[in-house]
Amino acid sequence: MKNKEQIMTGAEIFFECLRREKVEHIFGFPGGAVLKLYEKLYDIDYLQHILVRHEQGAVHAAEGYAKASGKTGVVLVTSGPGATNTVTGIADAYMDSVPIVVFTGQVPSHLIGNDAFQEADIVGITRPITKHNFLVRSIEDLALTIRKAFYIASSGRPGPVLVDLPKDVINSKCEFIYPDNMEIRGYKPTIKGHINQIKKAAEAIANAKRPLLYVGGGVIMSGGSRELALFARENKLPVTMTLQGLGAFPGTDELSLGMLGMHGSYWANQAVDNCDVLVSLGARFDDRVTGNVDTFAKNAYKIHVDIDPTCIDKNVIVDIPIIGDVKNILVEMTAEMPKAPDIQDWWHQINEWKDECPMQYEDNDGRLRTEYVIEKISEKTNGNAVIVTDVGQHQMWTAQYYKYNFPRSNITSGGLGTMGFSVPASIGVSFAIKGRPIFSISGDGGFQMNIQELITAAAYKVPVIFVIINNSFLGMVRQWQEMFHGEKYSFTDLSASNPDFVKVGQAFGIESFSTDNPKEVESLLDKALAVKDRPVLIEFKVVKDDLVFPMVPSGGSISEMMVKRINSKRMTLL
Amino acid sequence: MKHTISVLVENHFGAFDRIATLFSGKGFNLTSISIGETEIHDISRMTVVTEGDNQILDQIIKQLNRLIDTIKVVDLTAAYHVQRELALIKISLSKGSMEQVKNINDIFRGNIVDITNNSITIEITGPPDKIDAAVNVLMPFGVIEMARSGIVALTRGEQTKKTIKNNSSESIKKKSQLIKEPK
Ligand SMILES: Cc1ncc(C[n+]2csc(CCOP(=O)(O)OP(=O)(O)O)c2C)c(N)n1
Ligand SMILES: [Mg+2]
Repeated sequence: MKNKEQIMTGAEIFFECLRREKVEHIFGFPGGAVLKLYEKLYDIDYLQHILVRHEQGAVHAAEGYAKASGKTGVVLVTSGPGATNTVTGIADAYMDSVPIVVFTGQVPSHLIGNDAFQEADIVGITRPITKHNFLVRSIEDLALTIRKAFYIASSGRPGPVLVDLPKDVINSKCEFIYPDNMEIRGYKPTIKGHINQIKKAAEAIANAKRPLLYVGGGVIMSGGSRELALFARENKLPVTMTLQGLGAFPGTDELSLGMLGMHGSYWANQAVDNCDVLVSLGARFDDRVTGNVDTFAKNAYKIHVDIDPTCIDKNVIVDIPIIGDVKNILVEMTAEMPKAPDIQDWWHQINEWKDECPMQYEDNDGRLRTEYVIEKISEKTNGNAVIVTDVGQHQMWTAQYYKYNFPRSNITSGGLGTMGFSVPASIGVSFAIKGRPIFSISGDGGFQMNIQELITAAAYKVPVIFVIINNSFLGMVRQWQEMFHGEKYSFTDLSASNPDFVKVGQAFGIESFSTDNPKEVESLLDKALAVKDRPVLIEFKVVKDDLVFPMVPSGGSISEMMVKRINSKRMTLL
Repeated sequence: MKHTISVLVENHFGAFDRIATLFSGKGFNLTSISIGETEIHDISRMTVVTEGDNQILDQIIKQLNRLIDTIKVVDLTAAYHVQRELALIKISLSKGSMEQVKNINDIFRGNIVDITNNSITIEITGPPDKIDAAVNVLMPFGVIEMARSGIVALTRGEQTKKTIKNNSSESIKKKSQLIKEPK
């Protein structure tokens, strides 16, 4: 006989599944197709729903939550426009391998395909930007589909999964069966690395004269930072990190060379160019890292550890691929090392490069610069804050000057480069991380792209310090215009049209400050850091036309790396 | 070089679309694609003909494997296998051409499946190059319309029972033979 209590509505099954998946937070926005879910949500106390003001904000918040905590972020939105508003966030999560599950409402099954009110084929739209997606066709499939969605999103190489829920499915009833074990025959991520490959790699590293670890976000996702530190320290190996890899290894450690790639440090890029064994750990040879693939680490024997086989040999052909979980592989690799490599000369060379061209910026003309602001934030927080950046020059300067101590502290949109990411993502972070300072750092342009989420921050009293780096320009585009497009500053000058950011903050009920004086930076940061129960906003008005250096031009080789302004007309500004 | 790839996929909503999306999204060449049922009720077989160098082929196979809906991916090109395609070719008839078309049809072991006063439709089955040859010969008579099914293919001999895909071993094996010594 069937237990009567096991007959549930779709809405009940939905929340029961979330409870079993240990979901504590959902970021969402209601609408017609999900009214039944919101009706049920009204009585639920085992999870918190955070009301955003735009569905894109919900997805970025879920991403921030997931990146900071390692848990799967959850989004709930309505059909049609609610669903299409999530697209940018989903694409962002796909590019940066962020585990999120997005639930979208859908028109009733019998209306699908009829151009019904608020109908959009969101499964079709998101097919190329999700790890997988589902349309739940009957209530009998609901629980299993949700189970699969969480499993797929969080396992292997993580990524976004979308589940489309037709209204009639949510409204109908069936027996609740939660599958304990679930197998997906077409999905078996490889976790354990091939031991022979690992041995070969260890041998190559041990015999290297000029080895280099090239570390990506995969190390952080696998939870392998500690294993990385052990491996690097035991063998005194230099470590350079990608944008997403920052935080995988402490930025203050003497083995750290900082970031590599387009805006990487001079010495990190020289090390890549000259190394004889390159060990890629959870990185994907992205074009912002490699520049010209033909000359990237051209003399190096390449070892590539990744959980996703498609990453191997996609952009750069490697010598030893090792497929599996990078954390496990690091443990085995450490054990398999026959000896530490003898690389004193190599370190000597790297340190020479450091002296040759250190990271530096103009700091004696009394004008405020982003690098200074970031340096001060780094000092004030001892590299222990969670830093959520937007996209542009300020993002690169943050990557260069913030010395991250911990993994999951650098939250940024790397693959898609989505302006408008920082404000909502930092709100998501605040629900995952307690007791550490959280900074959202945006440019004046990107800050306005999800500015509506300030009210979410204010309403939930999230302890985020919103920093606006206001250079009155779409700075990164301005930089390319100056360097590569004949100084035609086409539609990038915002100085006449930016809002008064202090008034904006105040309108949302957020205590807000502004300065263009380097001498006020520390005191303002102290003031903001003292506030722990609500958001604060600080606008830093910085020099308008600074450029991010070093820079390897897009598709270029390390030999083309520029380290300062070369245009003589502009040199005077230096 | 042309490659014939056999893909076993979940027989449900969207699996075909996912593969088509993959090819267009990644800019992979797609010469022909066909899909149909298999001996297992919830599994379909797609046969994809594509073109590219080794690195691209490697990516195509890995990307296909990565899809959650694919159960097994095999590049048949190097394996001992049979390929067949079916074509329906409608040819216009003029005075005296009927006999010639019939002869050609016989040579290619085709079937006449429809005939009117002005046209004749023949069905030819075989490896794709046989169909190409037939089309070439028939062209001068005036081909009004043509439909080709796309290739279906199977390995010869006993069927491989293993249907669980393995992401890594194949590429590892291939790579380990290519290992260079450190410079
Ligand atoms: C949604 C979106 N639109 C356009 C771009 C292109 N883009 C990249 S950086 C940038 C300028 C960003 O300006 P701002 O937010 O002020 O930051 P800054 O570079 O000045 O620090 C633009 C427009 C983008 N990355 N994302
Ligand atoms: Mg700006």
